[in-house]
Amino acid sequence: MLESSMGGDGLQSIPALLRRNAKAIANAPAYREKELGIWQSWTWSEAEKEITDLALGFADLGVGPGDYMAIIGRNRPYLYWSMIAAQMVGATPVPLYQDAVAEEMTYVLSHCGARFVVAGDQEQVDKVLEIQSELESFEHMIYLDSRGMRKYDHTRLHAYADVQAKGRAASDQAKAKLDNGISALTYDTTCVMLYTSGTTGRPKGVVLSNRNIIETAKSSSEFDKLGANEEVLAYLPMAWVGDFIFSMGQAPWTGFCVNCPESAQTMATDLREIGPSYYFAPPRVFESQLTTVMIRMEDAGRFKKALFDYFMAHAGKFGSAILDGKQVGIWDRIKYSVGEMLIYGPLKNTLGFSNVRVGYTAGEAIGPEIFDFYRSLGINLKQLYGQTEASVFITQQPDGEVQSDTVGVPSPSVEVKIGDNGEVYYRSPGTFVEYYKNPESTAETKDPEGWVATGDAGFFEESTGHLRIIDRAKDVGKLADGSMFAPKYVENKLKFYPRILEAVLFGAGKDRCVAFINIDLNAVGNWAERNNIAYSSYQELASHPKVLTAIKTHVEEVNRSVAQDTMLSGCQIHRFLVLHKELDADDGELTRTRKVRRKIIGEKFEDLVTALYDGSKSVYTETEVTYEDGGKGKITATLEICDVPVATGSTTMAAE
Amino acid sequence: MRCARSNRVNDHGSGIEGEQVNDTATNYVTEDGRTIGGVIMEMKNITLRFGGVVAIKDASFDIHEGEIRAIIGPNGAGKSSMLNVINGFYHPQEGEVWFRGEKRPSMKPYEIAEQGIARTFQNIALFHGMTTIENVMTGRQLMMKKNFFWQMLRVGPALDEEVEHRRKCEEIIDFLEIQAIRKTPVGSLPYGLQKRVELARALAMEPKLLLLDEPMAGMNVEEKEDMSRFILDVNEQYGTTIALIEHDMSVVMDLADRVVVLDYGKMLADGTPDEVQKNQAVIDAYLGVEH
Repeated sequence: MLESSMGGDGLQSIPALLRRNAKAIANAPAYREKELGIWQSWTWSEAEKEITDLALGFADLGVGPGDYMAIIGRNRPYLYWSMIAAQMVGATPVPLYQDAVAEEMTYVLSHCGARFVVAGDQEQVDKVLEIQSELESFEHMIYLDSRGMRKYDHTRLHAYADVQAKGRAASDQAKAKLDNGISALTYDTTCVMLYTSGTTGRPKGVVLSNRNIIETAKSSSEFDKLGANEEVLAYLPMAWVGDFIFSMGQAPWTGFCVNCPESAQTMATDLREIGPSYYFAPPRVFESQLTTVMIRMEDAGRFKKALFDYFMAHAGKFGSAILDGKQVGIWDRIKYSVGEMLIYGPLKNTLGFSNVRVGYTAGEAIGPEIFDFYRSLGINLKQLYGQTEASVFITQQPDGEVQSDTVGVPSPSVEVKIGDNGEVYYRSPGTFVEYYKNPESTAETKDPEGWVATGDAGFFEESTGHLRIIDRAKDVGKLADGSMFAPKYVENKLKFYPRILEAVLFGAGKDRCVAFINIDLNAVGNWAERNNIAYSSYQELASHPKVLTAIKTHVEEVNRSVAQDTMLSGCQIHRFLVLHKELDADDGELTRTRKVRRKIIGEKFEDLVTALYDGSKSVYTETEVTYEDGGKGKITATLEICDVPVATGSTTMAAE
Repeated sequence: MRCARSNRVNDHGSGIEGEQVNDTATNYVTEDGRTIGGVIMEMKNITLRFGGVVAIKDASFDIHEGEIRAIIGPNGAGKSSMLNVINGFYHPQEGEVWFRGEKRPSMKPYEIAEQGIARTFQNIALFHGMTTIENVMTGRQLMMKKNFFWQMLRVGPALDEEVEHRRKCEEIIDFLEIQAIRKTPVGSLPYGLQKRVELARALAMEPKLLLLDEPMAGMNVEEKEDMSRFILDVNEQYGTTIALIEHDMSVVMDLADRVVVLDYGKMLADGTPDEVQKNQAVIDAYLGVEH
């Protein structure tokens, strides 16, 4: 176990933590990556050597204090090392979303004025070269994978290996200078700058100091008793604050190993091979995994299917209780262990969850059925609530106090309060320093006392003391008759159906609510196959009458459930349509973290919204789409609009 | 696709204005600035008959080292037969095949494979029950020097050999981005991926000359773009000479440095894609109208 000596002892930066680990747990694995089919690992002392050489190479290239270095690529040890090496020479790493198209990168790269870029492969290099004329401060680019790079002009391009080799040959003087630089890093030095995905407007550069990251890593590791033996799989975007906290904060702090998958496609295999003990995934990942399991069980033999159903029903009743250590009868426990042997164990193994001790989901609300499914298998899945500005953690669920509709209690050393308008505010050591070059936004979000507005409306449940999030504060509006409009609440209810991938509700300032719905191609496609429904494209499937009928049934169910809530019964859906294309981040309809950009969608599909309100039976529309390579195309469709009955009973009660 | 290569080079300023292809010169520079080496394979007056049917009639052309050479033509033009002559599966009744400066005697296909000629097939010919990696490893069978008994023991030199070959295969798997299906039986893979596995197996032989028989047949646009990219990458990274048969004209015109056009076993034209596209005989026989 690492001594958890605090900042005062010189452990005020990630390079300092790295050096501590290289001494204290020199031979423990620090990074792993699967390459050519074999897991390669680096111990802490090897990693420290690699990173130091790289930092010397960076210094040789002219990277110095005050510089910004953009990091673009999939999760690889070399890119994490680049971030630490950048910190060593006093520069600030700025990880970018690797799937961002070139124009999106232009804004971020010019906003932070990155002089240096580390790119994972040719694809990323090409994107930066494409926009380099617009980047005033850009000077040098370092690339990892040399494939296809041979013929490029190498005046400003450098191979990672070459840079590191130069660093290896550095003079003693340069080494001494680097050591001085590292000891000069303090809690107030900027650790990283992360751009928020921006549900509205331009991305903002969130400046996080070493204090933010290290203090947060420390308290969150203690909260879940994370130790040096944890295994994590680093597969979420490096530009996302969560990955940064796990792989760059908690990993060096506690000394656990960061495992990088071979490629995005091999994720499932790699997950199974590593068997992480500490795992994070957004609800979407759990959803699609559950959908896959269910689809495959449909194909299983009758005996297996019956066995699965029988034991899953048992797990549904007692699984969570056993996990939470509550009282369960001996007979039910025995039956659960048999289930563990026959069903739960093998299933967890297939999913790669056999060793999960602590699992988190966050970012969006998770469907109670999905959440309960994983918990009933004995996976300690919990929810947390956080944001980039807080270095992730605001609230989280302690072991044994897990519910699907709350986000838990304030994390250690985080203060949370609810404002007069219902908005959630917090203050913590993890609270960000500022938005880069944007004092107005900083002032709007963070008050002089350090309280930060989350932009989410929520309340503390009296019985449990857990925080419950209702919706984005600015999305919560009023219908024309003055009753409350909380779109997310209804959308989540819709999204909990496997066949519905995404839903967007409209109704602020109107007399009733209408909705766009996106079908889940996986689930609906499988269902179509089983029911002999032929289709040749997403669009055709989405507009199939049988699909519309099925979706309509779901909407009716949601309406009935919404009607139960007196406060929100006005949010029932009167009319809806199934969109002819999947909402996509490339078209600007979702953020890179796949959150719905309500306003942009409303503007882009204005004709459809109008049609939903003017009573027409169908609507013809043309939509511009962006392909993955950045090219544009157009799709046209005639969409049918469905009317849905609403439950009126309780609306009158609410009005009284 | 062609854009893939030419833009890539020109955008970054290292493009060299190409000269026109000159068939008589040994070396030439392509439009996108690659220098193509001397003749690696030469077909001289090839005639191939099956009984009374003349599949190939007096065809002569050459393949330069490092180029991408396409053979096109309508159905039954003799393209696949030509490929089979090149890799020694068919023996022409007349004419000579010269490979790397030597006239090739009549050889068995495996002897020709040993010389460094690998191929993929029009109808995928993989071992369906075997996994991707196993299929790719078969591509190195000819290079394994240890005998059956050593291999059975899996110790010492045989193990070292296997490890070395496995490393090469893994590099190719990485190159073609098929890591995710490394251990999947190929029979259960979609068509486009099977094609890629077949390419991987051919590459595992580290060929001097790679023959691709309709590498894009039955693929959708995205798969075709991927495959084009891989063909260009193979050519660039490994310097492999490639001869391919393809029906998709846009693919051929984008990928190939030079094109041979066959019709009813006769050569109609031989030249750069532009020249071939403008050739009246080709237009009449095959392309229909010029676009």
